[in-house]
Amino acid sequence: MELVASDLACARGGIALLEGVSLRLTPGQALILRGPNGCGKTTLLRTLAGLQPAMAGTISCPPETVAYSGHADGLKAVLSVRENLSFWAQIHDRAGVGVAMAAMNLTELADRQAQNLSAGQKRRLGLARLMVTGRWLWLLDEPTVSLDAASVALFGAIVRTHLAQGGAAIMATHIDLGLNEAAVLDLGGFRAAPRAPDGFDEAFV
Amino acid sequence: MIALLARDLRLAMRAGGGFGLGLAFFLVLAVLVPLGVGPEGGTLAAIAPGILWIGALLACLLSLDRIFALDFEDGSLDLLATAPIPLEGVVAVKALAHWLTTGLPLVLAAPVLGILLNLPGPAYGELVVSLLIGTPALSVIGAFGAALTVGLKRGGLLMSLLVLPLYVPTLVFGAEAVSRGAQGLPVATPLLLLAGITAGSTALLPFAAALALRINLR
Repeated sequence: MELVASDLACARGGIALLEGVSLRLTPGQALILRGPNGCGKTTLLRTLAGLQPAMAGTISCPPETVAYSGHADGLKAVLSVRENLSFWAQIHDRAGVGVAMAAMNLTELADRQAQNLSAGQKRRLGLARLMVTGRWLWLLDEPTVSLDAASVALFGAIVRTHLAQGGAAIMATHIDLGLNEAAVLDLGGFRAAPRAPDGFDEAFV
Repeated sequence: MIALLARDLRLAMRAGGGFGLGLAFFLVLAVLVPLGVGPEGGTLAAIAPGILWIGALLACLLSLDRIFALDFEDGSLDLLATAPIPLEGVVAVKALAHWLTTGLPLVLAAPVLGILLNLPGPAYGELVVSLLIGTPALSVIGAFGAALTVGLKRGGLLMSLLVLPLYVPTLVFGAEAVSRGAQGLPVATPLLLLAGITAGSTALLPFAAALALRINLR
């Protein structure tokens, strides 16, 4: 299992953001995406997750092998922590809800409804979901938003465990996770050149 | 898939889930129509089949935009799209959950509301049977409309405009079956056409809806 993406070009809302992105990830490796706001980190992650097609280039990993975690956690407000997590575990046909809750320090909150959680607790639940997917490649978009320092450390620990078990992770983040072994890819250098306006637009220039 | 169905049913039953919304609307309509039209039995009996079917249709429409919009807003739809179950299956299961929480209660409540509207005695069987085979089409067509408009802000109105024309054949044949039943005429033809619409839309529309969802998720 390895991820090879070559010469990717991605667009958001019809505007080309990135081009010429190539990356390679083998089990046990982590990659941190950096770059200014709006440079295409989320777009690249959604493309790798198969949620949107690449404009050009190839991705070796089928979407069935990756777990995506975006800005929204995908939680149902009226379900409890355990019910939310069990649902995703059943969808992925996996066990390990208890282990995931323990790893993200959610065991005490197991029977609380998601609507009564704090922002950081919701995010911890969203990240615990990754552990019950059983997918080898985690695509994480700003995973540490609204987490406190202790929770960031917990998260760093589950990522490290995941890597040790032969997983891999790509993270778009602005803060230091303490994953010193992770490679860093700055997307600032892959900004797509502005496209020449096509005929229709030219008529209005 | 069963987990998704169980989750959707559980969400509908919990507070704020929208279960009973369509049923309450259906009840209100069936109570208000006799008050508006007047208590004359003959008039009510003549319009009862149409009113009951229109009521069921609008009650279904009321809860359609919840099928995907809630999952889209909280990010679940992204995660379901990358889950091991096919998106076509997600659409079919969510349409089924919508029917179980909206269509089926309407079917069960319809005979009681038929009394309020002075529906002629022989038509009760046809009413239940026609709703039973017709309302699944309403849920599936509605799921398609909801999938088309899922990313739009306040897409509910647009969805109603898209879905209502598609509901017309179901309404026509459904109401026709009931009014034929009321007059003691044979009802096999409209019921078969109704079943055909349901079977066709259930077979085809999940694929169209899944495609629309994929485009809207980009």
